[in-house]
Amino acid sequence: MDASGQGKLLVVTGLEKSYSAKVLSEVDLSIGAGEVHALVGENGAGKSTLAGIVAGLVKPDGGHMNLNGRPYAPRNRRDAESSGIRLVMQELNLIGNLTLAESLFFDRLPHRLGWINYNRLNEQARPLLDQVGLGELDPTRLVSSLGVGQQQLIEIAVGLSRRCDLLILDEPTAALTDPEIDRLFAQIVRLKANGVGMIYISHRLEEVQRVADRISVLRDGQLVFTRRPSETSLEEIVRWMVGRELGSVVRQRPARSGGAVALRVRGLRAGPAVQDVSFEARYGEILGFAGLMGSGRTETMRALYGADRREAGQIFLRGSDVPAKIRTPSDAVRRGLALLTENRKEQGLLLPMAVRANISLSHLGSISRWGGWVQTAVEQAVALRWIQNLRIRCASAEQPAVELSGGNQQKVVIAKWLCRDCEVMIFDEPTRGIDVGAKFEVYRLLADLADKGKAIIIVSSDLKELMASCDRIAVMSAGRLAAVFDRGEWSQDAIMAAALSGYGVNL
Amino acid sequence: MGRSKLINLISDYLGMALALAVLIIIFSLSTEHFFSIITFRTIANQIPAAIIIATGMTYILVIAGIDLSVGSVLGLCSAVLGVSLAHLQWPLWAGLAGALGVGLACGVFNGLVSVLWGLPSFIVTLGMLEIARGGAHWVTHSQTQYIGSAIEPVAATAVGGLSLPFLVAVVIVVVGQLVLVRTVFGRYLVAIGTNEEAVRLSGIDPRPIKLAAFALSGLLVAIAAIIDTARFQSANPNAGTGFELEAIAAVVIGGTSLMGGRGSVVSSFFGVLIIAVLNTGLASIGVRDETKRIITGLVIVAAVIVDQYRHRWPWKRGK
Ligand SMILES: Nc1ncnc2c1ncn2[C@@H]1O[C@H](COP(=O)(O)OP(=O)(O)OP(=O)(O)O)[C@@H](O)[C@H]1O
Ligand SMILES: [Mg+2]
Repeated sequence: MDASGQGKLLVVTGLEKSYSAKVLSEVDLSIGAGEVHALVGENGAGKSTLAGIVAGLVKPDGGHMNLNGRPYAPRNRRDAESSGIRLVMQELNLIGNLTLAESLFFDRLPHRLGWINYNRLNEQARPLLDQVGLGELDPTRLVSSLGVGQQQLIEIAVGLSRRCDLLILDEPTAALTDPEIDRLFAQIVRLKANGVGMIYISHRLEEVQRVADRISVLRDGQLVFTRRPSETSLEEIVRWMVGRELGSVVRQRPARSGGAVALRVRGLRAGPAVQDVSFEARYGEILGFAGLMGSGRTETMRALYGADRREAGQIFLRGSDVPAKIRTPSDAVRRGLALLTENRKEQGLLLPMAVRANISLSHLGSISRWGGWVQTAVEQAVALRWIQNLRIRCASAEQPAVELSGGNQQKVVIAKWLCRDCEVMIFDEPTRGIDVGAKFEVYRLLADLADKGKAIIIVSSDLKELMASCDRIAVMSAGRLAAVFDRGEWSQDAIMAAALSGYGVNL
Repeated sequence: MGRSKLINLISDYLGMALALAVLIIIFSLSTEHFFSIITFRTIANQIPAAIIIATGMTYILVIAGIDLSVGSVLGLCSAVLGVSLAHLQWPLWAGLAGALGVGLACGVFNGLVSVLWGLPSFIVTLGMLEIARGGAHWVTHSQTQYIGSAIEPVAATAVGGLSLPFLVAVVIVVVGQLVLVRTVFGRYLVAIGTNEEAVRLSGIDPRPIKLAAFALSGLLVAIAAIIDTARFQSANPNAGTGFELEAIAAVVIGGTSLMGGRGSVVSSFFGVLIIAVLNTGLASIGVRDETKRIITGLVIVAAVIVDQYRHRWPWKRGK
């Protein structure tokens, strides 16, 4: 393989794309067979757009592509796939009412005269699930019963299962914990050995350095930097991404002791995923929740927020001895308990509606007068303030949320909750899909909230982030609370050991 | 800001106004009978009830629901009004209150059942369609109730040459539109139609809001019933048959989405006007009834297709 592009799998030259503003300009990129080419950049830099063009989802305005030395201009996704190019998208696109097996084989269901052969289908699904570490899941389960991370793995399994020459993974690990990431990387190594080229998009720079053969940085739609991992450093990549020095990605939180108990949960049970969970969160502290995928963290939070039915358990707020009546999310919010849900597309956003309307949704009552007349000027001002604070990249506050990049959509849902003043705030995967600079910003905001006396709970699949930003970390394993560590007591090994403890020896 | 807002406002309704104008021009050119005060007075007399029903229907469609019961509920409200005035000799205000109460109750029933049991409003209101029609026949013993002058004040009052019903309808459209776009309630309606789960998880209980939308629709139907009863000075237990489809057609022609999350009362108003002008116009050039129905059906389908394209523009527009 040489620099001129001969012998390359895919060569992209002079790619251009504009919506209301320029998204990609003059992008040149090449991927060799068996090469993992990582693509990094801030939210809205144009990574997903570039991936979408290569995979036939987005029409470029200019430039051309060569696949195996021949001109390549896919008309649609199907076209790209028949040319051997597959994309695992950043946003989840599974159909909730289908089973896992049906999702895995959606475009090639085994059938005879139109009748689906379910035995064979489920049989075929098992090895695929095994490959991504979901082997213990029943292939006949519904997709909608899975968490975001597991759905992500199903999408990855679909991508891995088809023969292809070029596989594009758009933020595959945003909601995965370390064991699943390791498993994914093993699959990537296997595909590499088979000569499959890959475009790998991620905001987790350490893993990019681990897995990539070359790293390219997109900044404001321009490819500004391409290096081998050995020739560069994390700091240099970040500098090229954001154009300034960031220091450590997440600021270490100084040790502190929390105040009075803000939230006490006792004996919470909800479905198979939550079995007898008790914990407390204090004013002024950040409590992290670690655990493997499917350990019940999301389900715990949803149950105590009233989003799902509780089978047992009591919730005490503000140190009260009387259990709080929380049967619906609106009960919870009225009592000062907020939850940012993990799945922004389905549970957080009003996709076709303006960014402004998305941000104001949770606190419309407080910016209206005469019993319900929205003060649009105030609404606008609040939206603009958060767009600035979180550096949400959008054409205007009136732009529909669906047109924003994934990370910027996530910032919108964060803004929605930050401007509703709740005493106890739970954030489930708050930084999913958010770039390094914005992560820093989000954690700073959460720390500020804690310093102002609020109780903050963060569920995250990224252990390093938790260890840097939390005062205490609770670890869940198989639906139970396995351990709670204070700052200074924990180590990555101790947390992982606790996370595995509930599953016995077979894991 | 003010300027671009104005441009947006105009561009929102320009298509509808244009379509209406084109219809009026076509009919005016094809027959001299059409373009006259009498035609417009006829239309203005006919449409208030349809406008008011379409306003409520817009709210229901915005939350991704549907109300199939409006025609029957209109019949029932009208029957209650007729019986209480003609048969029971109630004073006018009591009869009106009775009709409004019945309409509201029907709406609340629709809302409560679909919210509490999480049923699709299609099914619940289909049930109400039968219940209310049956009720209308039951209270009237299937006899048309002739009310006569007792209800005259409703229809005969005129302000500045316009009838009271027409003015009421216009006020309802204006207030209805403002509520939809400028109030918390309206915003919640649109949000629920867009993604109800996201609304629920944002700490807003969608149930009372949906209930309110159905209750409002019921109340508006009762107002429409009063207006129609006054127009004919009688209450026919079969009044309002087929109104539900007419209202849905008008609202959809106005660009409100059946999938929820998008809608405009003013556009629905235009939708009603377009259908009324089309009907009156076709009649005045002597088109037979069956042909009229075919044409009206085609117009509905065509309007929805055009709307599909119209709503692709903003994606490219940006700002
Ligand atoms: N359909 C669209 N209409 C208008 N603008 C769009 C559309 N799709 C994307 N954009 C804009 O293009 C820019 C690049 O988006 P893209 O999704 O490629 O970013 P990204 O690099 O993948 O970001 P992230 O890390 O947040 O996923 C964004 O500013 C976005 O708002
Ligand atoms: Mg992206």
